[in-house]
Amino acid sequence: MNHENWNGFSKGVWQDEINVRNFIQTNYKPYTGDDGFLASATPRTNDLMKKVQSLFALERQYGGVLDIDTATVSSLTSFSPGYIDKANELIVGLQTNRPLKRSVNPFGGIRMVRQACEAYGYKLSQKVEEEFKFRTTHNDGVFRAYTDEMRAARKCHVITGLPDAYGRGRIIGDYRRVALYGVDKLIEEKKKDKNRLGNRAFDTETIRQDEELYQQITFLGYLKEMAQMYGYDISRPAANTLEAVQWTYFGYLGAIKEQNGAAMSLGRVSTFFDIYIERDLANGTLTEEGAQEILDDFVIKLRMARHLRTPEYNELFGGDPMWITEAVGGMGEDGRTLVTKSSFRILNTLYTLGSSPEPNLTVLWSNALPAPFKAFCAKVSADTDSIQYENDDVMRPLYGDDYAIACCVSAMKVGKQMQFFGARCNLAKLLLIALNGGYDVSSKMHIGPQMPVLEGVLDFDTVNERFSIYLEWLSRLYVNTMNVIHYMHDKYAYEKTQMALHDTDVGRFMAFGIAGLSVVADSLSAIKYAKVTANRNEEGFIVDFTTEGDFPKYGNDDDRVDLIAKDLTHRTITELRKTPTYRNAEHTLSVLTITSNVMYGKNTAATPDGRAAGAPFAPGANPMHNREENGALASLNSVAKLDYNDCRDGISNTFSITPEALGHTKEERIANLVSILDGYFAKKAHHINVNVLNRETLMKAYEDPEAYPNLTIRVSGYAVNFHKLSKEQQREVISRTFHQSV
Amino acid sequence: MIGRVHSFQSLGALDGPGIRFTVFLQGCPLRCGCCHNPDTWDPKGGTEYTAEQIAEKAIRYKEYFGKEGGITLTGGEPLLQAEFATEIFRLCHENEIHTCLDTSGSLFNDAVKNLLEETDRVLLDIKYTKDELYRRHVGCSLDKPMEFLAYLAEKSIPTTLRQVIIPTLNDNEENILALKAIREQYSCVDRVELLPFRKICQTKYDALNLPFPFAHLPEPDKKTMESLESMLNRKER
Repeated sequence: MNHENWNGFSKGVWQDEINVRNFIQTNYKPYTGDDGFLASATPRTNDLMKKVQSLFALERQYGGVLDIDTATVSSLTSFSPGYIDKANELIVGLQTNRPLKRSVNPFGGIRMVRQACEAYGYKLSQKVEEEFKFRTTHNDGVFRAYTDEMRAARKCHVITGLPDAYGRGRIIGDYRRVALYGVDKLIEEKKKDKNRLGNRAFDTETIRQDEELYQQITFLGYLKEMAQMYGYDISRPAANTLEAVQWTYFGYLGAIKEQNGAAMSLGRVSTFFDIYIERDLANGTLTEEGAQEILDDFVIKLRMARHLRTPEYNELFGGDPMWITEAVGGMGEDGRTLVTKSSFRILNTLYTLGSSPEPNLTVLWSNALPAPFKAFCAKVSADTDSIQYENDDVMRPLYGDDYAIACCVSAMKVGKQMQFFGARCNLAKLLLIALNGGYDVSSKMHIGPQMPVLEGVLDFDTVNERFSIYLEWLSRLYVNTMNVIHYMHDKYAYEKTQMALHDTDVGRFMAFGIAGLSVVADSLSAIKYAKVTANRNEEGFIVDFTTEGDFPKYGNDDDRVDLIAKDLTHRTITELRKTPTYRNAEHTLSVLTITSNVMYGKNTAATPDGRAAGAPFAPGANPMHNREENGALASLNSVAKLDYNDCRDGISNTFSITPEALGHTKEERIANLVSILDGYFAKKAHHINVNVLNRETLMKAYEDPEAYPNLTIRVSGYAVNFHKLSKEQQREVISRTFHQSV
Repeated sequence: MIGRVHSFQSLGALDGPGIRFTVFLQGCPLRCGCCHNPDTWDPKGGTEYTAEQIAEKAIRYKEYFGKEGGITLTGGEPLLQAEFATEIFRLCHENEIHTCLDTSGSLFNDAVKNLLEETDRVLLDIKYTKDELYRRHVGCSLDKPMEFLAYLAEKSIPTTLRQVIIPTLNDNEENILALKAIREQYSCVDRVELLPFRKICQTKYDALNLPFPFAHLPEPDKKTMESLESMLNRKER
């Protein structure tokens, strides 16, 4: 097949099948030069950005939510077109008819929508209440099926953050398909797939898939209608750069109008765009300035994306992130780098538009990346604290060279794999429940197998054996709970637009997670190498511990404890795999807390490592605060020992260093940061957030948040505006280890 | 071989080129008024380690060193444990790790000469360029580090000259010109680093119940450092 809008592109199988990867591989131009070619923001971009900044300021003044339309349920075509400044926008499309106005999306659960409206001084309209009176939401479905034990595990916070009251997210549509093929071709292919199903035995799975395809086709139609409202015909392939970016954005916009999933990630679009940009530059219809301008405008739109959340949700996640993650760079399977000029251009938006948490720019790091690109990334990190790094050399052998990152650290092949998101369980609380023989002292609830409370000086083998029993119990419960959630999400809130932008036969992961890894590792180390005595209250339950003597602490490159941490992840995933998943999804595990490490700590009593009751955990896979005695590389080495094969859903590490500790001059700092990243990833580590800043800056921002509206910092797996964190989270960030010069 | 170690800093980016695994050796014969590590003075303090243990640690960070980085021995005064330091460097060289010695150059004997055979770069902390100041605030003659420097030049060991800038003592043009003259005279010197005097070490003195000799002196401001830097790097016509 051919299309006039493909003129100038190299031929390949991508013309005959939906295959964006093949299009990229046959057409992209690797770039190994430096950042010298980059253009600055144009006056148009600056003017538009000024308007956007003032809208952001207004939103802050309104307590975080500018406006809510309580009467219109969000969907692809339910809002008339919205603009920031119609005459000056290159890329158009907003979630509602006005910038930053939020819509209601009750498909995942109406209760949360109701609460969110009320929290900001609104009331969900009677109209929407009526519409959903006789309609089952995902949340309704889940709670119909939850067992008492599932409810109890949720209530006592041993499993938390489950996506059972809103959209599950963590699904990345291949939005590039809209641009490359146009929607009509996508519909045609889906129709073929649907017809093909007729040859199969019509079992439950086939019938489900058949109905899902019907929904996908319908929503591809809505996507066309949505674009039409903005005056664009996306039934055909995009003809140039502007259209390619616009078409892709329409795909993404359709997804976030339909779904309010926690993480609505973008994928891997910049090198795809680069092919269109190169074609337009070659035929003289675009300049470097123009190319940057189009990407700037696209990124402005992404920065305006919002979902309506409850204040509790915002408190948990530090604001209302969307995790619009864009994977940048990486290497191809053929050894050519996937870095293009547009990899630079997308990072350059942090200069042209200023630093920002969104989109969540994620550099896929490989030892083989071109040196000038590595240096540019390090420079951007040092200047903006807005990018994160993930190990392409570890992921590429598993996911090929056209994967992307959902949320923070979850890798998947774009358009070919998706995941069932499953938040995380609190491993530190589980240890305490195990010691107490099935009792949680924080919530005062009996849960899990009932056994005698351990007493006196704790013996490592006894504790370890006891922990295994409870890990086995929790793992089964956790998988079953997830099965309920995702069965119901598919049934009542299926992602029609996003799944239409996937292959029909899609690979599925079920992503489990753990919080409190360093707390448990250090606690077990304390029990093994020091003397830990359990102290009971009058009811006979352990409430805290007396720990005497020193013990190896995770974060010092000491195998005695680091291997305990590694073993914990291995044991957890091994236990999880014993219980079958919904739709035969592959079990995966993450060590990622986002900012919820504060909340997990709050709900967890004192632990044998000496952590006080209620004190925050370390985020993700980080060592506990201020327990690192041998400097930053020792800490990185400890984290790098965790095995990605056990934690395929990602291992998050947040690294903060003062600029002075990185070198004497800016050039030295950049070169040293590159060396750190090269070294860490050569150790097969998975992920790192990099912050180069002073504790003093954070202290000032803590005292006077208004003076630092754009201060961005990396936390576990994503970036946040510092001012959007709760005071408690801000204090926790400040108290973290900052690697400084001696 | 066993030596005494004060502490480790796995991410050193300031003491030598690139990323350095920095080992603070215990013990120092000098008593500089500006010293920020008084806890390293006592030669009987610290923890015992074998040279093998230290080399093993360095190897664990090899991936981070890139083209430039490696191990740095500092202290304290590493020359006090020259044989131990030599053994560490020898083992590091066996593992292709770049070695860097941060020293005052105040000791010079055969053991030190042996150590320099295994040293890829010296960071020579030349505290003052005037003998009078040297004697008063360090406790020995300026001749000592100069003799050491002459040997470095003879052996062509790449050298970074370093100096802590202390207001009222050496924050002046005369001193900078003297540093420049040394740089000219000794061909091994390819870099001069000026480090601002800092007083965050006060708490260490307090903990040791020792007076901080320079507690009364101010830290240099950024402007002073910049003007001294530019004076240092100004090309003579």
